[in-house]
Amino acid sequence: MSAAKVFTKPASMTDKIMHFCPGCTHGIIQRLVAEVIDELDIRENTIAVGPVGCAVFCYDYWDVDFHQASHGRAPAVATGVKRVHPDKVVFSLQGDGDIAAIGTTEIVHAAARGEKISCLFVNNSIYGMTGGQMAPTTIVGQKTTTTPGGRDSNMAGYPVKLTEMLAVLDGTAYSARVSVHNPANVIKAKKVIKKAFEVQIKGEGFAIVEILSTCPTNWGLSPVESIKWLEENILPYFPIGEFKTPGEVSR
Amino acid sequence: MSKVLMKGNEAVAEAAVLGGCRYFFGYPITPQNEIPEYLAKRLPEVGGTFLQAESEISAINMVFGAAGSGARVMTSSSGPGISLKQEGISYISGAELPCVIVNMVRGGPGLGNIGPAQSDYFQATKGGGHGDYRLIVFGPASVQELVDLTIEAFELADRYRNPVMILGDGILGQMMEPVEFKVKEIRKGPEKPWAATGAKGRARNLITSLYIVPEELEEHCRKLKEKYDRIAAVEKRHESYFADDTEIVLAAYGTTARICKAVVDQARDEGIRAGLIRPVTLWPFPDEPYYKAAEHADAFLTVEMSNGQMVEDVRLSVNGRKPVHFLGRTGGIVPTKAEIYAEVKKIVEGGVR
Amino acid sequence: MAKGRAIICEDRCKGCGLCVTACPQGLIELSKKLNNSGFHPAVVSDMEKCKGCALCALMCPDVAIEVEKEES
Repeated sequence: MSAAKVFTKPASMTDKIMHFCPGCTHGIIQRLVAEVIDELDIRENTIAVGPVGCAVFCYDYWDVDFHQASHGRAPAVATGVKRVHPDKVVFSLQGDGDIAAIGTTEIVHAAARGEKISCLFVNNSIYGMTGGQMAPTTIVGQKTTTTPGGRDSNMAGYPVKLTEMLAVLDGTAYSARVSVHNPANVIKAKKVIKKAFEVQIKGEGFAIVEILSTCPTNWGLSPVESIKWLEENILPYFPIGEFKTPGEVSR
Repeated sequence: MSKVLMKGNEAVAEAAVLGGCRYFFGYPITPQNEIPEYLAKRLPEVGGTFLQAESEISAINMVFGAAGSGARVMTSSSGPGISLKQEGISYISGAELPCVIVNMVRGGPGLGNIGPAQSDYFQATKGGGHGDYRLIVFGPASVQELVDLTIEAFELADRYRNPVMILGDGILGQMMEPVEFKVKEIRKGPEKPWAATGAKGRARNLITSLYIVPEELEEHCRKLKEKYDRIAAVEKRHESYFADDTEIVLAAYGTTARICKAVVDQARDEGIRAGLIRPVTLWPFPDEPYYKAAEHADAFLTVEMSNGQMVEDVRLSVNGRKPVHFLGRTGGIVPTKAEIYAEVKKIVEGGVR
Repeated sequence: MAKGRAIICEDRCKGCGLCVTACPQGLIELSKKLNNSGFHPAVVSDMEKCKGCALCALMCPDVAIEVEKEES
């Protein structure tokens, strides 16, 4: 009998304990990206671009070259990096406020240009780092510190379906939404993240992957309750699936 | 190479290419559009990349990314566009990245107009964006100087890992003058082992301006200050024009300084011992020549296309030893030789007040 | 029959309990003890029954779980 390790920390991850709150599924996403970097063997060939928000310290956990961006501007910074290093893998990570509110311009035009970068978008329907304010993806009726009575669509409009929006642009090669709320979806999410990197490596164009995630702290729920709340409230509004795949881009 | 007749904006663009700039990210705004238009044609010829960004904010953040990736990179704009870039300029300064930013200043505030102005002096030399940082700022006064200082800007940016701004104005950008390109071969930047290039065979590189621990940020700011002190100690530049034996010293930069030279000539012809001290670097500001001139001059007159911005630095330099007067025009209006001369005469004849 | 071992790093664990619900055998619980960060870390109650499916590790947001599997 011999024991084989079937699950270990990916090599592209540092040993640092992540700063995310207990039960925040952002840590899963952080790990999936590292697993993909390992599987594609691109650790020494990758430059990551980070956000402002809960994932602002993401560089502490990936053992790759890293470039900071200001709030919302990661796709523009990644554009600058990719234009200088067209042979490198350049990816960005942003939260919902970063990518779908203050940085809407940058992500839309990076997609429209068909910028050969992979953009990861963590949607937890709230501003986490600043303490639970309404996000562009806050669900109608969802309580936040700036929508204390629940998001009122008359006053504050509707959540932004950014990933569907980007799918209609000719420059977008790949657009998909995944979730990490249970093991089956975690496995699926990793495949999709990997595909987004492969689309870039093959030079097929711009890739966006939205990843639904929880925020137990600011939702005011336990980690396990948060998973349930995501299933019941976020999934119906933000359906998972691929909205555009590279085969469709040339049509 | 013989001299060629070139428009200021195009001369800056060609100078950037000679200076080793391979990447340009910008957004259209008058009166600097000839810079991106020229580079859209020219950069691909030398294997470079020109990209028209979707906004000024995106453009400066593309510059941020390219600079952090180790490239020589430039952006250009004018007043309102430079205001939009301030966030990025602050990040670039905080992350200590080299780049060159051209501001062909137009009339402000707000949308203002497209006439020449010098009213972005405070923004350029006193910070502009948030936090404790400095740009190296050049104030060229001719197309030739635009060329020479642009090429040098890339060297200084890399030497100090700091953004350098060329502060021109609508006239300098639009006027044509004969110019000589003294640099014959396209320059290359130094090796940048700190850049984000993919962590191949080395520890990973991190480009950031985030220092969440107060002691670490204070240490970073202290290092920045040391750098700025070092720059201030060796990079101050100015031109003196009959400024050694004067009763009145004019202080002006850029386009305004050219007119002041003519004023000095006329004054000398008519028996007034006038001189001009023209800052070439606006930051670091060449304070010493003004301080020394206060020994023999009775008065100073600062002339600007603004309501009075550089005059504050002249007063700090003179440090109360002599009165510093001010003449300014705004709105895109260029002060005339006649009105400056009249002011000189008034000050000289009225005695020192 | 496969036999597994889920090794939970006590100091990395934040006691969120996502592994508790992920384990198909219901083998994981939160300890009564506190770890160095003040969390109740997850512990495997009956390692003999662990099949090494690694679903706990898959759901762990803190990369606190390593899984081994033995084939007889």
